[in-house]
Amino acid sequence: MAIDMTEVRQLFFEESLENLDIMESNLLDLGIGAVDRELVNSIFRAAHSIKGGAGIFKFEEIIHFAHTAETLLDEMRRGEHLVTQPIIDVLLRAVDVMRMLLTALKENTDYDAQLVTECQNQLTSFLKTPMEGGPVGGTLPSKSTSPATPALPPEAQSAVKKTQIGGSSATIETVPAAGTAEGETEADSDLEAAGEGWQIDFKPHPGMLKTGNDPINLFRELANLGALEVKANIDQLPAFRDIDPQICYIRWELTLHTNAPRTSIEEIFEWVESDCDLQIRPLQLPEYAQITEELPKPELNATVEPTWESASSDSPPTNLLPPTPTSSIPREVANREVAQVATATLPELAPESVVNMTSPVPQRASPNVPPPQVPDNTLPTPPEATLESPHGQDPHSHPRGSNTQPGEANSIRVSIDKIDHLINLVGELVITQSMLDQVGEHFDQSRLSQLRDGLAQLERNTRELQESVMRIRMLPISYSFNRFPRLVHDLSVQLGKKVELKLSGVHTELDKTVLEKMSDPLVHLVRNALDHGIEIPEKRRQAGKSETGILHLHAYHQGGNIIIQISDDGAGFDLDKIRAKAVKQGFLSKDDPLVDEQQLHELVFLPGFSTAEQVNDLSGRGVGMDVVRRNIRSLGGMIDIQSKKNQGTTFRIRLPLTLAILDGQLVRVGQEIYILSLLSIIESLRIKPQLVNSLAGKAEVYRLRDEYVPILRLYELFDIAPSTSQLDQGLLVIVEGDGQKIGLFVDELLSQQQIVIKSLDSNFKKIQGISGATILGDGSVALILDVAGLIQWFHHGRKTAGVGRMS
Amino acid sequence: MNNDTMTNRVANKYLTFVLATEEYAVDILRVQEIKGWSKVTKMPNTPHYICGVINLRGTIVPIIDLRLRFGLDRLEYGPMTVVVVVKVLSNGKERIMGVVVDAVSDVYDVMENEIKPPPDFGTVISIEFVKGLATVEEKMVIVLDIDYLLNSQELAVMEQRMGDGG
Amino acid sequence: MTSNILISDDSVSMRQMLKFTLTQAHYQVAEADNGLAALAQAKQQPFDLVITDVNMPKLDGLSLVRELRTLPEYEFKPILLLTTESNPQKKQEAKEAGATGWILKPFDPDKLLAAVRKVLR
Repeated sequence: MAIDMTEVRQLFFEESLENLDIMESNLLDLGIGAVDRELVNSIFRAAHSIKGGAGIFKFEEIIHFAHTAETLLDEMRRGEHLVTQPIIDVLLRAVDVMRMLLTALKENTDYDAQLVTECQNQLTSFLKTPMEGGPVGGTLPSKSTSPATPALPPEAQSAVKKTQIGGSSATIETVPAAGTAEGETEADSDLEAAGEGWQIDFKPHPGMLKTGNDPINLFRELANLGALEVKANIDQLPAFRDIDPQICYIRWELTLHTNAPRTSIEEIFEWVESDCDLQIRPLQLPEYAQITEELPKPELNATVEPTWESASSDSPPTNLLPPTPTSSIPREVANREVAQVATATLPELAPESVVNMTSPVPQRASPNVPPPQVPDNTLPTPPEATLESPHGQDPHSHPRGSNTQPGEANSIRVSIDKIDHLINLVGELVITQSMLDQVGEHFDQSRLSQLRDGLAQLERNTRELQESVMRIRMLPISYSFNRFPRLVHDLSVQLGKKVELKLSGVHTELDKTVLEKMSDPLVHLVRNALDHGIEIPEKRRQAGKSETGILHLHAYHQGGNIIIQISDDGAGFDLDKIRAKAVKQGFLSKDDPLVDEQQLHELVFLPGFSTAEQVNDLSGRGVGMDVVRRNIRSLGGMIDIQSKKNQGTTFRIRLPLTLAILDGQLVRVGQEIYILSLLSIIESLRIKPQLVNSLAGKAEVYRLRDEYVPILRLYELFDIAPSTSQLDQGLLVIVEGDGQKIGLFVDELLSQQQIVIKSLDSNFKKIQGISGATILGDGSVALILDVAGLIQWFHHGRKTAGVGRMS
Repeated sequence: MNNDTMTNRVANKYLTFVLATEEYAVDILRVQEIKGWSKVTKMPNTPHYICGVINLRGTIVPIIDLRLRFGLDRLEYGPMTVVVVVKVLSNGKERIMGVVVDAVSDVYDVMENEIKPPPDFGTVISIEFVKGLATVEEKMVIVLDIDYLLNSQELAVMEQRMGDGG
Repeated sequence: MTSNILISDDSVSMRQMLKFTLTQAHYQVAEADNGLAALAQAKQQPFDLVITDVNMPKLDGLSLVRELRTLPEYEFKPILLLTTESNPQKKQEAKEAGATGWILKPFDPDKLLAAVRKVLR
């Protein structure tokens, strides 16, 4: 059947990456000690889904790897392991490896096979159940296997081989699709293949129908294999009135003329094995079949081998079984199978060691059978040994968060609720439209009020539709926050610090574009906080703080903005050092009196600041902060710092919820109309001349209660003719940007309206002080003022004239 | 026959317009439309030859006064003022801009090989904006390199100012 | 008459794959992304076949089978489990819960259809 799998494939990648995120965050939530079953279960399910999906596409590396991880998780949820840091670490690495594999597959690129093998081995070393060799073992790159091939005597190898065969058939495992045991099972059962056909005695247990299996279906399947003769034995059929229609009383003797192997027959009866007595006898057993079937065996062994190597390359080659007990027992079991096909249930019969060997899933510890006594040298490698290798690599080199990279994630998952809401709104819109249609058809004065109502309704529909469409682009910030538990975990281990990460407001929604573009700045700030903010435990103790530092990421809505705070309770900024450094680098002149705390903090955002020297005990805190601020500003947001020495630092980012729409206040200066974001406006007031002071002859400040706010005459800055230059005849709009206040002197306030932001730089260029433009109702263009940019421009102009340049 | 002669034989259509006493030509394929003057929104912090921006069917398009760009005297804008809307390529991206000219003149076929490299004027307009000179119907027209004219210089000027400001 | 099949799996891609294959074969398919949802759907409308994943949130596959078997209309209906386990113990568990049979993941479309044909007339 030809199926276009591209879409399913895409889905698989999306889903698997999400599952990896789930695994990761749940792993980070796991507490050391007793197993939280719920949590482990959910991690298990995620790994399991990845494996299942990978199976569809035959992504062997992932299937194999996920299977190993899943096995360990399964052991954990069965309570066979306590949660330890090494286990969490190895599973986290496994998440990374799977992410790497998925990304490589998705983008059709290479991956580090060495890393896969290493991690696979680390996982295996934890397993109580030795991994069985699977077909995937053979597909592992040969270079990934250790050079130390365990040299087994041929007898031992064949013992291993037989163990698997025996184990498989004894468990009535006859499904070829059983993946790992496929080759062997078929080879074994096919010993009896290729005859004239089969004689089948089929005696359903009375309750077989209750399993949903219908003999007729089975016979139909059999008939597909060849000519089928069916003889029904109705000896057991009771008198008619005693018949219970739910019970199967009939037995069948079936003769099937076919050259299909026994496995094909067994496969058909696979689902009813335990609900019937079944005997399958060859119509004629040719002697040569057994002999010819011996031949492929060495080959099969060869494909099994690499797995053993890879599974044991880091640990002693003792994952292999002690050969003696296993070589005999499976035979026995296998024989038993021939004797009483339907009733044999292996788990009770087989010694633990066999199950241990062949089963991908750990056996359940039964009360009368002691846990498997694995020889000492097969024990997992000691945790210390596995701890060392991970930290050699940069934990952040993993292709993490690729799903949040702009440009790549061009699809968006939208909840059904949002879509439904949209559909409702469109429905309303259609109603409004037809209503207006009717009004328009025979319009006269008497219908004016109807028209007005209709237009009002249209306006409401449009607004709601617009809001809903915007909401589709909104994603919870958890998409971004969720990466931090891992980052903090890895970094704190790397830096030898103790850090507790608190996340709050993770459901706060913001525009997808904003979210994506904030991703890197946030990582930067978090890394900074760990690198330079939070101190090592000893230092913290000396400072009288708890050894564990707290990093708090908090998001919330304020007006139409989203605020993201990154706070640490670490060392805080050392203002003296910043000042000294600023002077040294020429950012400040010595003893510059105008530089206050806030301005010193601002220095951190200057390009090149503190890259050369240390601000605090580690490397410079300002590295890349200019980039962070630039990114935030490009989103129409702002960032400020609050820091107290020894108490910690808080970065506060304020961002618009969306980039496309703005609540605007129209202001007039002369003939021009400008737009201010309502959010930036603190208040507007008539100027009382007595509250205006002049500084240094030119700069004007306005006394607003207990602070002085500089006055910016927009007409001067923009070089346009105002209606008035008399301060008391215009208005002062107090706005805030980048944590600073300024008073914009304008002629008049006009209306407030929602405006759609148009880019200036698509045809032109970004202009300082202007964040974009919009088209007003009359078709004319109005510029949107960028308050932060204006303040900067204004200060710069003033500084150039007065105190001295900042940059 | 090599490629050079091939291209030399190709005639391109050029739109010419008048600025003061000179006639200038731009590749007609770059001209999107010709429209009358409409009120512009002034842009602060831009060179004086940038009149401002207009709304051209929903997009914001900057308007540049070529007279001022070339250092000629300003003409008052009025109903007769003509704006040639052109497509400019910069870094593989297409931008739409309007240029204010005195009047649109004509459309000519000009063979590539008829466009001669410009002599060093040293006078009216900077030679770097000029792709070459062509003689059409006994007149000299100045073929403009609008990508260069409306790109590098405009943006460079502003970037410099931006840099000062930041 | 087309048979009505309910598939229950928490993995979108798995459901997509199942649905695609089954619809191509002209079966009618309904989906559920967890055991509880599947149970609710099954109660609402009788399906000719239920195919369910084992590991699912809210209600796992085995429990779903047990629940379904208590309903009169599902007493004899075929129910197939999707499982990656070839482990006999798991199969025994599946049988005990009342499953008709199982489909081992990964499956290719033909195997899936073969399994479905095996239980639907």
